[in-house]
Amino acid sequence: MTAIDSTNLAKGGNMLSVIVILPFLSALLMALLYLGDANKKNYAFYTILGVGSPAISAVISFMALYQLLNGSATIHDSLFSWINVGEFKIEVAFMLDRLSAVMISFITLIGTLIHVYAAGYMRDDAGYGKFFSYFNLFMGSMLLLVLADNPIMMFVGWELVGLSSYLLIGFYHQDSANVKAANKAFILNRVGDFGFIIALSLLFVSLEGHGFTFDSVKANIHLVDLNALSIIGMLLFVGAMGKSAQIPLYVWLPDAMAGPTPVSALIHAATMVTAGVYMVARYSFIYELIPDVGLFIASIGAASALFAAIIASYQSDVKKILAYSTMSQLGYMFIAVGLGAYSGGVFHVFTHAFFKALLFMGAGAVIIALHHEQNIFKMGGLKKRLKLVYVTMFIATLAISGIPPFAGFFSKDAILTTAFASERYFIWGVGTLTAGLTAFYMFRLLFSVFHAEPKTSHNLQSVPKSMTYPLVFLAFGSASAGFLGVNEAYGGSSWINAFLNLPDRAFHISHSTEYMLSSLNVLLGVTGMLLAYKLFAKETREVQANTLFKKVVLNKFYVDELYEFFIIKPLLLMSEFIDKVIDPKLFDGFLLLNVWFYKYSARLFAKLQNGKVRYYALYILAGVSAMSYYILFKFGEL
Amino acid sequence: MTPDMFYLLVSILFSLGLIGLVSRRNLFIVYMSVELMLSSVNLLLATYSKVLGDANASAMALLMIAVVAAEAALFLAMIIHLYRAKQTIDSDRFDKLGEGRKHA
Repeated sequence: MTAIDSTNLAKGGNMLSVIVILPFLSALLMALLYLGDANKKNYAFYTILGVGSPAISAVISFMALYQLLNGSATIHDSLFSWINVGEFKIEVAFMLDRLSAVMISFITLIGTLIHVYAAGYMRDDAGYGKFFSYFNLFMGSMLLLVLADNPIMMFVGWELVGLSSYLLIGFYHQDSANVKAANKAFILNRVGDFGFIIALSLLFVSLEGHGFTFDSVKANIHLVDLNALSIIGMLLFVGAMGKSAQIPLYVWLPDAMAGPTPVSALIHAATMVTAGVYMVARYSFIYELIPDVGLFIASIGAASALFAAIIASYQSDVKKILAYSTMSQLGYMFIAVGLGAYSGGVFHVFTHAFFKALLFMGAGAVIIALHHEQNIFKMGGLKKRLKLVYVTMFIATLAISGIPPFAGFFSKDAILTTAFASERYFIWGVGTLTAGLTAFYMFRLLFSVFHAEPKTSHNLQSVPKSMTYPLVFLAFGSASAGFLGVNEAYGGSSWINAFLNLPDRAFHISHSTEYMLSSLNVLLGVTGMLLAYKLFAKETREVQANTLFKKVVLNKFYVDELYEFFIIKPLLLMSEFIDKVIDPKLFDGFLLLNVWFYKYSARLFAKLQNGKVRYYALYILAGVSAMSYYILFKFGEL
Repeated sequence: MTPDMFYLLVSILFSLGLIGLVSRRNLFIVYMSVELMLSSVNLLLATYSKVLGDANASAMALLMIAVVAAEAALFLAMIIHLYRAKQTIDSDRFDKLGEGRKHA
């Protein structure tokens, strides 16, 4: 073991630690500088440090990926021993296997592009330094989560991601609605984290004394019985629900749009929401033993996908539409990992990162150009005037709608084929329906913003170059990233699946069926696109809540209100009850009873001390008698 | 005559002294009660001296009588002092150290 470690160390050096530490370090530096003088504009310094550190991390990540591509084994990098109590050893250590290599390469790449974009987007903001400090912290946390060598370190990263998302969502904290949104995200994530930490504790207790790194857990997982494993798997998924915004813990995601647009791009593309999918893939060695839990995960994924797609079809805020579309796409990823197609899920995470980052950044550019207008029905006619944004967003929309040969087609098709081949026809049906809806609502957005007749003439603000160049880069990614996973039916060899080497469940399906399924998806996609064109390309009207169904959907199925009524209200009532009744009556009552008892007995004893000498004589005598009596009993023969 | 009678007498005398000490408030009576208790102990010593045939106890009793005489002088002097301080020889009036006393 040590021999392997040392050779790895010689090859990889402390490469992995550098990837993680760099963003943290620059976050710290910028925070110190910002705290030193918040009013001083150090634009150049913040930009170089803030964009530079993720860029360097990206370069090193690609060097590490290159090593793995050349057949190097998993790279371990141990920094120091954190906790060392008897059998309980936790090291601050990083591990790069094929899964995490794929993850960090796109996290750092897309993360860097979003940083460049943010440098343009946030240029005039007073809290520029603070923003980049948080942004780098977010990147660092996500990298820590992905590169963790043991579940405990992963949990640390997991929590830091939650913290930094809270800081960024509430970045415009002058408005109390944003603070509320940040709190909502944080608290809902804590509900998920609760499941996660219970699962980790159970896992730790079940594997007592066998070490607690991913490698050793994987090697000893057969020691845990299946019932315990099912509970662990379920609880881990509760954690994933929170981070990856699945039913029922998704309500924070739309509200998280309160943050600046680059934050939304970072949350939705490169970090945070992909953490849940990554975690399920990371624990795939557990989930392959418990297919029933996997089926539950897939069902939740399918439900979330459809549910979010329906809501997205009626929203009018551009960022909210994109938020629900993320939730819907995450649903697809969970269908994949739930049905045992772990590499399929990770592949969709990978392609989704490109086009979702592009969509958010394009939307941000439009929002900036229109002086912070977010309602798509008040936009329109921007096709000519924001040509670059239009073209790139068009590519991203094609990609998310699953039109070949763009990235989304291959990954989404792989997931739906898996669902069909696993004979989960209901999940497959829901997924396919959602694919059609996705095309509809995405093109609805695109046509309303760029094609429809503008209602008012817009006085456009210029969009800086740093905000448009990343779009071009991502457009290339959205168009081509899918080719990494072309499967056999299309003449490829599912290269990414083979590279990831995850314990995927095997299934067989003939090429002709696969062609039929794909053409159905494409057909549905094109139908959705044409329907959107017919309804929204010429002129647009904002959705009116004129039927019951529309009203329910427009109000997001009243889920927030339901939570308010069934969870928050009872909680508040209970708090009030405890505050008004339990605390003063029961707890204070008990204390006051004690106080009364001491006071009363004190008064009783004080009476003995009355200063009258004859009483004192009596006490002395009583004492002496008692002592004599004791002596007689003890030593005499009485 | 058995020594039992002496023991009984000693007990009675001591108890009388004790009751006087606790129940009476006149300082003179208190003083006399203390003396009575001392005398009962003296009597006990003398009895043992006789029963055990050991003169040491008798010597101690004689010594004590001398000490008690000296103590009597001291005690009476203190009573005079107390009377001068408060114009009373009621022991319950001297309760300055007591908790929650009614009068100064």
